[in-house]
Amino acid sequence: MTVAAGRDDGISGLLRSSARSLTERWVELTAAPLRGRVSRAELERELGELFEAFLAAVETGSRDVDDEAYAEVRALLSELSRRRARAGFTPTETATGVFSLKRAVFEVIEGDEGAGIAELVTVSQLLDALGLWTFEAYAKAREEVIDEQAAQLLELTTPVVKLWDGVLAVPLVGTLDSGRTQVVMEKLLESLVNTGAEHAIIDITGVLAVDTQVAQYLLKTATAARLMGAECTISGIRPHIAQTIVELGIEFGDITTKASLADALLHALRRSGVDVVRGRTGR
Amino acid sequence: MTAAAAIELPIGADEDIVRIRQLVRTRAQEAKLSLVDQTKVVTAASELARNTLTYGGGGRVVIDMPTNGRRVGIRARFIDEGPGIPDLDLALTEGWTSGKGMGLGLSGSRRLVDEFTLDTEVGRGTTVTIVKWSR
Ligand SMILES: Nc1ncnc2c1ncn2[C@@H]1O[C@H](COP(=O)(O)OP(=O)(O)O)[C@@H](O)[C@H]1O
Ligand SMILES: [Mg+2]
Repeated sequence: MTVAAGRDDGISGLLRSSARSLTERWVELTAAPLRGRVSRAELERELGELFEAFLAAVETGSRDVDDEAYAEVRALLSELSRRRARAGFTPTETATGVFSLKRAVFEVIEGDEGAGIAELVTVSQLLDALGLWTFEAYAKAREEVIDEQAAQLLELTTPVVKLWDGVLAVPLVGTLDSGRTQVVMEKLLESLVNTGAEHAIIDITGVLAVDTQVAQYLLKTATAARLMGAECTISGIRPHIAQTIVELGIEFGDITTKASLADALLHALRRSGVDVVRGRTGR
Repeated sequence: MTAAAAIELPIGADEDIVRIRQLVRTRAQEAKLSLVDQTKVVTAASELARNTLTYGGGGRVVIDMPTNGRRVGIRARFIDEGPGIPDLDLALTEGWTSGKGMGLGLSGSRRLVDEFTLDTEVGRGTTVTIVKWSR
């Protein structure tokens, strides 16, 4: 810890005495590259708050941005980074907000006879550290945004459809990763609860490969469905997939499998007592 | 025939496994493997990549296309510097898992390919190499 209560390296005095001109200059410098995408009033509020917090932290004597004294500054910065990330600003545009305070401080120090190299270096180090912190907060916020979008996409692309009264189906398509498979399975079980359906069909016609992890999800879902009083059928296992599954050593046990979705539906209807009669000319 | 150059991909997350499956499929198609053989090698790759991730603590895969006379194949080498496998016989036993899997990945993928080599040393890591040849 570098907290030295009462330590005075002249920085807090410097910041305090030129607070007004510093914040004004800071807002000016930050506003330019943002070209009006954040209103002046908004910037003044944001940076004013940030400056107050920064000043308060500096006044504790601590010169370590990871210190408790800077908690408020870090919280404000991460809030700001998050807002910028969500609004589509670049990381540079976001961190410029911090680095431009450095420039404002330098300008003030230049005009101050009493201040010297030592203050310059300390302020510079502090603001660099906070700038880097902003980059990180920004990156984290961007990741959150991307994860959210991915999750939304996942939701959108997993349709559970009602084929018939009491019969739900979910088609699995493409290359399955565990995240996707899990979402599909959870959604299916949820829909079973919500609709009270007694049959669920998982159709894997569109699946490129079934490995043991996907198989395990399928088996778990079928078992969970059964516990909820519903029957689960797996349909659309194509020949090359069937062959691979067998060679892998996977057994679907007593879970019903059907060649096609139509066969699975027919099976479900029969099980629920619906009379399905094929025409005389049927196959 | 100029075979595609070896490609190395990282194995550090779920998405990497999806990417590996896609590349293996593409290469398997280039090697003119039948649909069944494509599916088999893709499935084996999926199993081994997941083991690298789950048990090896992550690693990488090197994929290339060896030739043997007129035959072309696809080869994938899964490399990690994880804990290694202390009891290989046990690990290759059908249904045995030290985790929460089905315990069919190693034994099953060995059956799905033409060549299967497993090098492992406790404390050093594991390398599994598979080859599937065109018929
Ligand atoms: N790369 C690896 N590093 C360390 N241990 C491994 C590795 N691959 C497989 N194993 C061990 O072998 C066991 C069997 O693997 P596998 O047949 O794929 O079944 P599962 O993945 O379902 O456990 C694993 O549970 C694990 O203990
Ligand atoms: Mg496995």
